[in-house]
Amino acid sequence: MSDPLTAAVAAWLVAAVDQSLGAADLPLTLAAVDSSAALAAVRHSAAIALQGGLADVGRAVFGVLLWVLDQWYWLMDWAYYFTGLEMLDPRYRYMHRALLVGLCVGVMAPLIGTFLVHRQLALIGDALAHTAFAGVAVGLFLNAVIDLGVSPYLTAVVVAMIAALFIELISETTDAYNDVSMAIVLSTGFALGTTLISLNAGGLAVGVNQFLFGNLSTVSPQSAAILLVLFAVIVGTVAVTRNQLLYVTFDETAAEVSGISVNWYNRVMVMLTALVVVGAMQIMGVILVAAMLVVPVAGATQVSRSFTESLVVSVVLAELAVLLGIGVAYYGGVTAGGVIVLVAVGIYVCAVGIGKLQSARGEREITDMGSIETDGADGGAGTGGDRP
Amino acid sequence: MSANDTDAASDTGSIDRATDRGTDHATDAAAEANGPVVDLADVTFGYTATPVVEDVSLTVDPGEYVAVIGPNGSGKSTLMRLLLGLLAPDAGTARLFGEDAERFDDGERVGYVAQQASAAKEMPITVREVVKMGRFPYVGVDRLSDGDETVVEDLFDEPVRTARRTANAVSGRLAAADWEIVDDALATVGMSAFADRRIGQLSGGQRQRVFIARALAGEADLLVLDEPTVGVDAESVDAFYDLLGALNDAGITVLLIEHDLGAVVEHADRVVCLNREVYFDGSTDEFVESDALARAFGTEARFLTGGAE
Repeated sequence: MSDPLTAAVAAWLVAAVDQSLGAADLPLTLAAVDSSAALAAVRHSAAIALQGGLADVGRAVFGVLLWVLDQWYWLMDWAYYFTGLEMLDPRYRYMHRALLVGLCVGVMAPLIGTFLVHRQLALIGDALAHTAFAGVAVGLFLNAVIDLGVSPYLTAVVVAMIAALFIELISETTDAYNDVSMAIVLSTGFALGTTLISLNAGGLAVGVNQFLFGNLSTVSPQSAAILLVLFAVIVGTVAVTRNQLLYVTFDETAAEVSGISVNWYNRVMVMLTALVVVGAMQIMGVILVAAMLVVPVAGATQVSRSFTESLVVSVVLAELAVLLGIGVAYYGGVTAGGVIVLVAVGIYVCAVGIGKLQSARGEREITDMGSIETDGADGGAGTGGDRP
Repeated sequence: MSANDTDAASDTGSIDRATDRGTDHATDAAAEANGPVVDLADVTFGYTATPVVEDVSLTVDPGEYVAVIGPNGSGKSTLMRLLLGLLAPDAGTARLFGEDAERFDDGERVGYVAQQASAAKEMPITVREVVKMGRFPYVGVDRLSDGDETVVEDLFDEPVRTARRTANAVSGRLAAADWEIVDDALATVGMSAFADRRIGQLSGGQRQRVFIARALAGEADLLVLDEPTVGVDAESVDAFYDLLGALNDAGITVLLIEHDLGAVVEHADRVVCLNREVYFDGSTDEFVESDALARAFGTEARFLTGGAE
């Protein structure tokens, strides 16, 4: 640790203490820090300062997110002036937000989905969506009963993350197949959700539809802000851990031998999935959310050769589905989630066709390669008679 | 056959290069422990109350070519998981490069090649991307503390370069030198021409060579192979064992788990015959003479001439 950094931290702490009032006792962890006189001053109300600090940080982050949202509106306004598309009209801010959420989902869903599909965990999105539904029910229930005033999306994030960990733990500890633990968590989530809703039938049933089927017009600035946070967390985590995630996905045992903690990365994977599911739920709805994790990836797998390529292609396909889907939903007056999935499936079918054409052409190439090899090129010993 | 010979010649050339590069690594290893690569002492393990592996002691020294053979269900794969530290023994100790196998954290020193069925064949991933994985233990945030200078000091002198270096390290991007090692490894196993081919398009034998290349890219000192030639056609099997032999000659320790007796007798220097406990441990010649096989496999098994199973 460099000295200037320590000094800066100490100075900041002193300043924070100066500003704070009250005289709460110091937590034990801080009491252990006895190296400098400056730090000793922290004794006064560290806990209160921390609490206030957290709230300030939260407010500041939210402020930044709203600023980002403003820039997005500005961008969309320009897009409206250039294209004249009615759905981009500056009066329809909810459409701007829906597009932002859709585009973010179009990046993060296939990003995570690529790892899930190749781990044969395509259905985990479904399982977590149903537990996220339970989370929504918990949120609505708490709001109705004790007037908590918390966004159902936040409770959905919490419940889905817990469920994600449960899926991993069940399969780690019971030797059951992954799909067994998924089936258990899926039905438990839905059961919990329906039970909570029926407990408070009159008030809740109205609000539930938008979570089940998604709704473009109900994307509030707050939920757009939550989504931006989810987006940053997911893209950031994948950027930092992509090597490990790839190795674990491709060859679990070899990854473990090479020193990667497979269980840990599996948990990271399912937790990220939970975040994506909750993020995408706003416009896709609980029932269709898993499609965004799987369908674009399945399409990309058909046409790409390398893993990097498949990541990029799946994001492109997903964005295409989202944009076309939202457009059709707006002009046709239908549910966005359903249209997006139908468009995605349409794209998938095209991708299968293109993939078949590609592999037909590829087989011809392979035959050519074979003839080069027998001439003694750098093709490897004994590969001549070694064709699939 | 002449084409194969040419390939073998070029293979040896690139293996030499690989060894040159690995010299530092090898001397480091020698300085740190001249002892055995693998050291199992009285290891017992069972998934249930009945042990699958009982009282097994096995020592593999650097540069050896050891084959572990035994009938199906004899505990070969379990033994492999024990010595790699993927399982903890119920009794006894397992050590890898002198360290407790379970806590061993120089994973790149061990190259692991599984039965080909276990790899995700349907995945869109190129040969080069697979071999690249061998470099993963070397990249990442550890790179930030490379050399004498720390990132914080650099930051003031060359902010842009430092920022890029930090971003590359944090996101685990491979440097040019890493890619060179990847390409060398591909050349060594004779798969350069297939570098951009999707792994699912390769035959079983080719795929196994790619996994060897991944281990080479990790500059592994020990290669552990679990029945690597299951489902691979005969001609490719020969080429595969030629490659293993060449790598062993270049100083890499090879531990081969096999049930193909012919391959073992023909290629390995030392044979360990396992069926829950060790029935035989000695040179291949002694093994052929002994009755260990009959005892381990039951009376039916015996060698057929010509190296067939």
